[in-house]
Amino acid sequence: METKTKDHAALAEAFIRDEEHVNWHDGALWWIRQKRDIASKQIPEWEALRETASRIKSNVLSNLHDYLLQFEANLIKNGITVHWASDAEEHNRIVYSILKAREINQMIKSKSMLTEECHLNEYLAERGIDVINSDLGEYIQQLDNEPPSHIVLPCIHKRKEEIGEIFHEHLGTEKGVSDPTTLTRFARRHLRNAFITRRAALTGVNFAVAETGEYVVCTNEGNADMGAHLSDVQIASMGLEKIIPQKKHLGIFLRLLARSATGQPITIYSSHFKKPRAGQEMHLILVDLGRTRQLGRPEFRESLKCIKCGACMNTCPVYRKSGGLSYHNTISGPIGAILAPNLDMKRHADLPFASTLCGSCSNVCPVKINIHDQLYQWRQVIVKEGFAANTKVLGMKAMAWTLSSPNSYTRMGRAGRWVLNNIPFAINNKLNPWYKQREMPDGPKESFGEWYAKNQKENGSDKK
Amino acid sequence: MSTRESILAAVLKNQPPASPLPDISAFQGTDQDIVARYRAVFTGIGGSVFEVENFAEINDRIRENFDATKRILTTLPGLAGYFEQLSTTADPRTFDDVELAVIEAQLAVAENGAVWLPEQRMGQRIIPYICQHLAVVVPVATIVPTLHEAYAQIGEGDYGFGAFIGGPSKTADIEQALVMGAHGPITMTVFILK
Repeated sequence: METKTKDHAALAEAFIRDEEHVNWHDGALWWIRQKRDIASKQIPEWEALRETASRIKSNVLSNLHDYLLQFEANLIKNGITVHWASDAEEHNRIVYSILKAREINQMIKSKSMLTEECHLNEYLAERGIDVINSDLGEYIQQLDNEPPSHIVLPCIHKRKEEIGEIFHEHLGTEKGVSDPTTLTRFARRHLRNAFITRRAALTGVNFAVAETGEYVVCTNEGNADMGAHLSDVQIASMGLEKIIPQKKHLGIFLRLLARSATGQPITIYSSHFKKPRAGQEMHLILVDLGRTRQLGRPEFRESLKCIKCGACMNTCPVYRKSGGLSYHNTISGPIGAILAPNLDMKRHADLPFASTLCGSCSNVCPVKINIHDQLYQWRQVIVKEGFAANTKVLGMKAMAWTLSSPNSYTRMGRAGRWVLNNIPFAINNKLNPWYKQREMPDGPKESFGEWYAKNQKENGSDKK
Repeated sequence: MSTRESILAAVLKNQPPASPLPDISAFQGTDQDIVARYRAVFTGIGGSVFEVENFAEINDRIRENFDATKRILTTLPGLAGYFEQLSTTADPRTFDDVELAVIEAQLAVAENGAVWLPEQRMGQRIIPYICQHLAVVVPVATIVPTLHEAYAQIGEGDYGFGAFIGGPSKTADIEQALVMGAHGPITMTVFILK
């Protein structure tokens, strides 16, 4: 369905061309990271919450088979129809058949990264069913025919003037209007009409409680609820990993989620769906889409603990300065870079390299996923499988030879210093990507090894 | 093999060895200054708080702060004389013109400002979302420190739908500028009933 054109570095290069815009993007996300810090520091037991959440998720992964069966049995008891889908095609086919059975050709959908991964909207459009994304950020992205660039803040890469222009073009607002309140009010009126008239609503799932068969959906806008409570047919799509064992565990996860995501104490709406309302039909689709494969990779299965807060993106120096769309995957940033290679290793071979391995992502993760370790491990898998870019492979081979013996290391070091000091243009040129946006330093006159040998000779080795 | 069976078989084959569930009973908050803490957090989110003695006072405050010529609904028997009683059987789409809904929470949480509303307290599921303004009555004794105490009190709960609601509907999707009233209520008011 998608064709890959450019890798992360090439797409990021296009993004950073507008320096003022990049600086704004960087600052906006860092501000959210700071709000997360303030919120987390108001909870003295914050670290214990993270550790506990991580351990609950370890238990979930180790017992997922039984929890899925328990969850399914409770859903059925609660009057919800359960479906299972192994991939995007099967998921989309199930949604289509539910709508077709009721002769529904318009649906409203709240934020769901899973349905973005499945390209559900496109699939339904080809079959004559119109879908409106009701989250304001996703709605803007849909109007502009772009995927979300951030899982929590879908249009964070856009300036308000661009959004004003999109509204003018698609919704007929006055040209030049870019005030956020004015635009939001306009979207409110427009979407309210859709909520009132559409008979089917689809939501994502944040947490699915095995013990009770209820699922929790978190939003700030109230869009999931507006769709669900006005619909005749309500559908929820969830990845298998969203299960939590017991209802009381929601206390742990809801305390962590919004504080990690935006620095709020809780999302405005945390909706617990358990049974259909009178006359309503409810469906839940359990989707694999690579989850069971990732579960079978011991070094990467921890990535399935993710609660999709986006904290790793907000803190990541590479994400902040390259934008979510440069990751060419629905889930971008550090977590996206460890989830995507599981889905298609060749297509996403560049993503684990789009990192400085600074570890900031792992430090803010509310479920303590070792994201930067996994990025490093994916690099090794990708090189071994032969999916690394040729320039990287050659570079690594040259480095391996250089470091293989003291002689070659000394010789290459001497050659490097001579080049930097005598013919710097051989390195400082457009062909060398390391020189982009960087000034090269002057080469040192001697290596540490040379200095040490000289120093020993001049001052002797005896301590005075 | 059906999709269900093949997914379950793959999960069983690939899941790691058993890892025990941690005990979470140590997580709890304190009751100290709980009303003041609730008020500070909820006001910080962008909500309004009034401490009131009785329903007559709630009526007064509503008439001071909202347009009483528009449609105001309530589920509370104590406010029956003042406002339209909410119909639990009407088509949910007919509530689109509701200016203010006044409902009562089962409990409220000091650490995050949220109120817990099982659907019986909403009258209809759509009510706290579709109204232009939302007012929630919180009996002072029902405020708990954290979500841990909240879930302990809620237990399994006899509801088909329930929600924590912690403030007016909001979005910051356009350049991180905070706007109240994305799709749901533009304001939320809590009446703490002594």
